[in-house]
Amino acid sequence: MGIRFVLLVNKQGQTRLAQYYAEHLTLDERRALEGEIVRKCLARTEQQCSFVEHRNYKIVYRRYASLFFLVGVDNDENELAILEFIHLFVETMDRHFGNVCELDIMFHLEKAHFMLEEMVMNGCIVETSKSNILMPIQLMDKAS
Amino acid sequence: RSEAPIPDPFWASLSSSSMAATSSSPSLVDTLFQRSLDDLIRALRSSSSSSVLEAAAIARALDEIRREIRSPDLDTKAVALQKLTYLASLHHLDMSWAAFHALELLPSPSLPHPRVAYLAASLSFHPSSTDLLPLATHQLRKHLAPSPPTPPPSWPPALHLLALASSADLACHLASDLLPILSGPLRPKAIATALRAFAVCPDAAPVLFKPLVDCLSLSSEPRAVSAAVSAFCELALAAPDPSPYLPLAPEFYRLLVDSRNNWVLIKVLKIFARLAPLEPRLAVRIHDPVCQLLRRSPAKSLVFECIRTVLSSLSDDDAAVRLAVDKIKEFLASDDDPNLRYLGLQALAMLGPAYLWAVEESREVVIQSLNDTDTNIRHEALCLIMGMLCESNVVEICNLLIQYAMKSDPDFANEILDAVLATCGRNVYELIVDFDWYVSLLGEMARNPHCAKGDEIERQLVDIGLRVRDARPELVLVARDLLIDPAPLGNPFLCRVLSAAAWVSGEYVESSRNLLELVEALLQPRTNLLSSLVRAVYIQAVFKVVTFSFISFIKQIQAFDTKSSADRNAAFESENGVATADKAVIFDSIDNNETIKHESVSHLLDFVETTVGPLSECDDVEIQERARNVLGLIHIIRETRYWDIVAEHGLTRDKKISEIVELMEAAFSEELGPVSTNAQKRDTVPEGLILNENLSDLAEILGDIDVTPCTSILFSLRCHHPTETKEDSAPVIEPSSLLAEHRKRHGLYYLPTEKDEVESNDYPLASDRLLAVSHVDDAKDIVKLTAQSFIPRKAKPTKPRPVVIRLDEGDGVSSSGLTMVKEFKDDLLSGAIRNVLLGNESKPSSSRDMSSDRTSRRGENDASNNNDLFSQPKESNALDGREHRKSSSRKSRHHTRHKEKNGSPGNEDIEETSHRHSTRSSRHQGRHKHRQRGDAPPDVVSQEPVIQDFLL
Repeated sequence: MGIRFVLLVNKQGQTRLAQYYAEHLTLDERRALEGEIVRKCLARTEQQCSFVEHRNYKIVYRRYASLFFLVGVDNDENELAILEFIHLFVETMDRHFGNVCELDIMFHLEKAHFMLEEMVMNGCIVETSKSNILMPIQLMDKAS
Repeated sequence: RSEAPIPDPFWASLSSSSMAATSSSPSLVDTLFQRSLDDLIRALRSSSSSSVLEAAAIARALDEIRREIRSPDLDTKAVALQKLTYLASLHHLDMSWAAFHALELLPSPSLPHPRVAYLAASLSFHPSSTDLLPLATHQLRKHLAPSPPTPPPSWPPALHLLALASSADLACHLASDLLPILSGPLRPKAIATALRAFAVCPDAAPVLFKPLVDCLSLSSEPRAVSAAVSAFCELALAAPDPSPYLPLAPEFYRLLVDSRNNWVLIKVLKIFARLAPLEPRLAVRIHDPVCQLLRRSPAKSLVFECIRTVLSSLSDDDAAVRLAVDKIKEFLASDDDPNLRYLGLQALAMLGPAYLWAVEESREVVIQSLNDTDTNIRHEALCLIMGMLCESNVVEICNLLIQYAMKSDPDFANEILDAVLATCGRNVYELIVDFDWYVSLLGEMARNPHCAKGDEIERQLVDIGLRVRDARPELVLVARDLLIDPAPLGNPFLCRVLSAAAWVSGEYVESSRNLLELVEALLQPRTNLLSSLVRAVYIQAVFKVVTFSFISFIKQIQAFDTKSSADRNAAFESENGVATADKAVIFDSIDNNETIKHESVSHLLDFVETTVGPLSECDDVEIQERARNVLGLIHIIRETRYWDIVAEHGLTRDKKISEIVELMEAAFSEELGPVSTNAQKRDTVPEGLILNENLSDLAEILGDIDVTPCTSILFSLRCHHPTETKEDSAPVIEPSSLLAEHRKRHGLYYLPTEKDEVESNDYPLASDRLLAVSHVDDAKDIVKLTAQSFIPRKAKPTKPRPVVIRLDEGDGVSSSGLTMVKEFKDDLLSGAIRNVLLGNESKPSSSRDMSSDRTSRRGENDASNNNDLFSQPKESNALDGREHRKSSSRKSRHHTRHKEKNGSPGNEDIEETSHRHSTRSSRHQGRHKHRQRGDAPPDVVSQEPVIQDFLL
């Protein structure tokens, strides 16, 4: 699996979106994992690099305003490509919501999940075009 | 049904009063006044100020959901499920109980309902925990049914669920349903789903693999190519043996040359990095395109991937490595981007000791990185430096690192200590030649103010004592320095080190220079800060010292006896005992610089007796027992007549004394040695004893007790924080500075004194002194470090490496059952894939037995094949044998190639270019091959090649 999980966490450490691929964690394991990661990554400053080794994989993270985007990847994954993926995810959400903020993601968690579903399946990145990612969601919005 | 714009508190009171009383069954009220997801989020936000409020709000919402989700109205059910999904995903609530309700919503004709259900399912279902998963099979098949021309909106979520949560059964049943999608517009998604199907159910490979390969072709759309490449990348990386994917190399090569998509290129490079070790010619082929990308690509991610590929697969090619190293330097030089600096260091670390020059060129940057603000970068730099250590530079680099650790922050200081200890102790100290130096370095590490690695230092001190005889004198010196300093006694992290130091100076007391000083150090009043177990070690060491000094004194006298008896007969009689004692001094000074005089021994005994005396009443049994042993010994010594006689002048022999000496000598004569970790295996199992193979039962008994094996060779010491015992030990004669220090520490038990006296007698605490060193000269130190070279110097004429006792040679690692199962599964998959790619798909619906049979046969072939490619022949004979086999395989490849040519004219181009290339870049190798081809015996049968040669 290239990508193991995608996590969105706010400055206070509250989870705002969590999607795990292939790896099945129990609730306790999830809580522990997210706690550890948040503790590790949120303490880091802007001048420090965006890669953290954790257990047997890497976490690539990036901060946008009050939200941290954390992606857990296998050790042989390309870190810089994942950073670009995070940026693409943010830009896509930005295009859809217009100046996306934490509240948008909270109130439209489903949509955020749909976008992620369009981009990543089974840990593989399957779509990198913003308009393609947003097409099904726009169709859905039109239908309702 | 309304979307409930009703204010929260009102609704809450209504529901709790009316509902709680009646029952938990859904009612019309639920349906009419259901809170929407937005309402729930608002309620949670308003209560987020305190965790208690929030927990209450969540609990209330969960109650509602449990009622609403059972409603016959699908809208109500869908909203309830939506809310539950939200809570489960962001507040870590269990939603496995709602699996059936999600399945209920799947067949709903209204479009949003299945979407909600699919999202809930994909976030919560898993084959290992969801029993109801088989119930979804039928509905999934319905949703995946082909409906041209446009794909129905149910496809993506259904595929997503399959990709995340399909079990082996589900994947097998639905594999054929994926086929039409694999050629439609939703190809990328179908490919990712197929990948999951391969992982859980290798039997699906014959059906799905061919369309997956088709996606790589020129005609398919870029998105499909991209998805297919990343799928193959996952497959190749996960497979224990990626050789089944070798036949696809031409397709990947075409992508590498043609594609302009960085995502695709990165994945293709990863595939090649995996395949290159299997086929040496691949590395030659990809050299040009990779170097071109490396030079021209503006995308850093791609450049980094190229660097990685070069370092892992093209490391023999000097030009390519040179280029990659230049790029790494660019990465390292980017001051504003810590990411690039981090990756640059990582890339350097990949180079390994064979490319010391590359690290040497970036030495300054690497060393400066030790001072970076980012802990990860510092860590990488440290790892890199540690990776560069070799016999010739270990002394300088470790010395400087340990000095640097003195001034860095506690975490990093310990990281440095850890790294140095681990690297130097690796494989029974293989890097260390000069053990005297290493032992003193260990002492220095213990003096680091932040040192928290006492356990490992303790282990190594004792271990070196046991293994390296020549290091013992220096070891005893280091131990003495540690013991004599009162400062470390108060540091709980160091008590283990002190315990090792006490043990070492007791066990190897014969190397000690000043016994009285040692005993004074071991019995200084501040030892009452130590835990009782460490203190017991201290007293045991005193016991050994007393024994040793007495034995050597007696022996000295005896030796003098035998020597002087001849003298006495011949010459004049000595007037008194003092004169004879003087003679003894003269005699013994030949072999031993310091003779043991009677006064010093008796002073030692007096001192020990007075200091240890009070301890025989100690609360702690360990201390008490050992103190009594010491006192008992002294009692025996004092009782012997010899003692008094010697004090006067007569030299009468006492049988008893020599018996005692022999006995005591025997007690400590046997040398302690290291114990092999395999020692137990050599024991024969006693008859009638049934050994349990599997210790998993223990887990139940032990529960969550952490069973870490004791790493200490000595005794396992519990590391207590030193508790200050009330009773002060022994008011003895001792250096006044120690007393002053004690007074300073325990001022409240002392009568007030003049201030200046305390201060004048004060000695600096070890940690104070070190902390006082300013941080300003960090930079200066770093510069000093940069002056050092990683390149091994010419070997200096040093003393030869002392003998190090090692007992354990290469322990075989047995693979566990779990990995066996996984490998078997992987084998099934790769076997199936090989069949598809090599075209002998006689039975696509192969049963498990069949495929396993095939894989086992393939395994045999593989074994020989792998030998061919990987084995490093040591003897020239072996080399010849290999060449023969290679040539035979070559021949047969040649054969198949001719067949190939007829079928595909496209391959011809590739063949020619590669041929040209191989002759150009590795000429001597080519010549070699030509010769072999001529030499190849004609009777070699072509049964070897499993991999057809598509490349040449």
